[in-house]
Amino acid sequence: MSELRAQLREWREALSARLPPWWSRGLAVALIAIGIVLPFFFSQTSGFINATIISLAYVVMALGLNVVVGFAGLLDLGYVAFYALGAYSVGWFGSSFFFNSHIHVLVSGIAKTEPGIHLNFLLILLCAVAITAIAGVIIGLPTLRLRSDYIAIVTLAFGEIIGVLAVNGQSIHIGHGETLTAGNLGIPALDLPYFPVIGQFNLLKLRPWYWLIFAIMLFVLFVNLRLRDSRLGRAWIALREDEVAAVSMGIPLVRTKLKAYAIGATFGGMAGAFLGAYYTTVNAGQFAFSFSIFVLAMIIVGGLGSIWGAVLGALLLSYINYYLIPDVLNSLPRDFGLNFDLTQLSFGIFGFLLVLVMVLRPQGLFPERRRRMELTEAITAEDAQLAEGPG
Amino acid sequence: MAATALAALRRYVGRWGLIIALAALPIYFGVHDLTHGYQAGLAANGKPVIRHDLSELGFNLVEGLSNGSIWALIAMGYTLVYGIIELINFAHGDVFMIGSFVAAGFWGSIGLGLSTGAGGLIAGLLLTLIVSMLVCGSLNVLIERVAYRPLRNAPKLAPLITAVGFSFILQNVGLLWLGGSPTGVSDLLRENDTVFKISGVIVHRADVMAIAVMVPCVIALTWFIGHTRPGRAMRATAQDPEAARLMGINVDSTISLTFLLGGMLAGVAGLVYALYETTVWYFQGFEAGLIAFTAAVMGGIGNVRGAVLGGLIIGCIQQMSDSRLGPQWTEAVVFGYLILVMVLRPRGLLGEETREAG
Repeated sequence: MSELRAQLREWREALSARLPPWWSRGLAVALIAIGIVLPFFFSQTSGFINATIISLAYVVMALGLNVVVGFAGLLDLGYVAFYALGAYSVGWFGSSFFFNSHIHVLVSGIAKTEPGIHLNFLLILLCAVAITAIAGVIIGLPTLRLRSDYIAIVTLAFGEIIGVLAVNGQSIHIGHGETLTAGNLGIPALDLPYFPVIGQFNLLKLRPWYWLIFAIMLFVLFVNLRLRDSRLGRAWIALREDEVAAVSMGIPLVRTKLKAYAIGATFGGMAGAFLGAYYTTVNAGQFAFSFSIFVLAMIIVGGLGSIWGAVLGALLLSYINYYLIPDVLNSLPRDFGLNFDLTQLSFGIFGFLLVLVMVLRPQGLFPERRRRMELTEAITAEDAQLAEGPG
Repeated sequence: MAATALAALRRYVGRWGLIIALAALPIYFGVHDLTHGYQAGLAANGKPVIRHDLSELGFNLVEGLSNGSIWALIAMGYTLVYGIIELINFAHGDVFMIGSFVAAGFWGSIGLGLSTGAGGLIAGLLLTLIVSMLVCGSLNVLIERVAYRPLRNAPKLAPLITAVGFSFILQNVGLLWLGGSPTGVSDLLRENDTVFKISGVIVHRADVMAIAVMVPCVIALTWFIGHTRPGRAMRATAQDPEAARLMGINVDSTISLTFLLGGMLAGVAGLVYALYETTVWYFQGFEAGLIAFTAAVMGGIGNVRGAVLGGLIIGCIQQMSDSRLGPQWTEAVVFGYLILVMVLRPRGLLGEETREAG
């Protein structure tokens, strides 16, 4: 087994030595091009494109959570809070929910005439970013003094409190018969995004939705890559590895941690706003604890702290959950003559796959380069010691 | 001058803030009951009876202590496992759920019912208790063997994900077993019968049963950890696994033993829950797991007495919130209190500084 691994490593090194220096950039351009033309190979309403749109939104979520958990090492079990706040930004600022106000900014179609607050989708995205950044800081503040697992439970508590507020928001009156949320009934009929050149989105044509989330994903990915190599990114990693040492080297603890929370939260808010608009309703039932766990599983399966791991893990798990199990494998038992639907087993299968992936590859599918170096360096150092013999 | 005043204030808040916060809810409700009164049912002429005493609050606290006993039993399993391998065992709540299902299924199949006599009932329930403890204990050991032991040297969060994976698998088992909605089980104890009444506070059979099961379990567990050789091995492993191994302790089997104990307590809790609530469903473990984990953290994770204290406190907060604010707000109140505890006393109520991870 280890020989095989050594052989593989040798081949990989030989390959990367032989490739021209521009190959990684070329690969990126090629992948982006494939991403842009991908929907032309499928129909406008294809189930695969639908699953891809949702998966890309989850990639954005995973990249956001990766900043908090992967880079800064702050275990966050309440990420659903930012999904909820992002989705409610669309509910509040892009529907007739606040029926007493009449605010219309850069919208078209029926949204122009209906009561309520109707902002352009890009403005809603900005609102979502602002709201979730503030929420991220508020959630971060009480965790600053805590150790890792206590951080997990405090963030979990915040996520649950936001969920309870979403469910019971119907009974929180904010004046003139308006309430905070519509609870489990959901805020219906959210505005569909409108862009000057592309026009009005609708649910029968999925391609514009795909390009929108693809663009958001590329933006977030780019920001993430730049952040990782920035001064701030290195500060996060230093804090993650050894808080005491990092602080004594002059890294401002409070500001650095709060920035991680705020930035991670904004990505979740963007994805939440997109998903809210895409589902065209904001229902309190969407914001369960299992969502936080789902996104956390993505980045850990992908390889904690690794950006490409987060992308890969998010794509893998959301395709399994939204495409493979419901669409592709669902008829499998009937093909074998068994009388049940696979959907009854869906989270059992999902759980089994999680266990399997982690047991076979504990460091994740695509571990962070820095961490991989640490692991292999430790091994080579040990080997060297063994080779020297007892001394 | 201002700085010393601030430091004094901070010390004061650190020492008393938490006690004030925890006492605030019962004191507020107690004063409210005494001054404004509360409605205690309807009189014969249809008018509401308003009473001005503390028996309603007392009733809340009794119900809270008994309900909290179940959380305490589950929380001890969390805290044992966390203490020894620093893992949040997300599957633990679902092991408890399986315990409930096994208990309810087993007493049905040995023929316990509402018509069974007292002697038969006690014997049958003891047998059910043993079966449920054995099933949950071995299930927990099995999960550890399959999902956590291979990841002993993996990154810290990897076993967290396998725990979540097993939680999903067990929930799916529960879903296939009894379906997606709560299933009623026979009310063997007639849990709503009044046992006694102290100055207007009614104590039900279920309350007595839950507390009477929890207390011996806590005593037995603390005795086991404190006074036996395997218990000492557990404490040594929790403190420093490497040093424990060097001292000749078999770390793997000690960890297995910890999971066995935790699972057995979950089995006890499963039976108590089925008798207490008289309904079981596949999602109960998830909810109870969340509450019990909160209890363990509130008490100071890794500390058995803290877990029990946390469970009882959360039970009382829940009951007060259920009857005064409405059950839909209870979860938010519990988690709000948790955040307060964490802010005012970051290591939990009884927690000590544990070994720093990493």
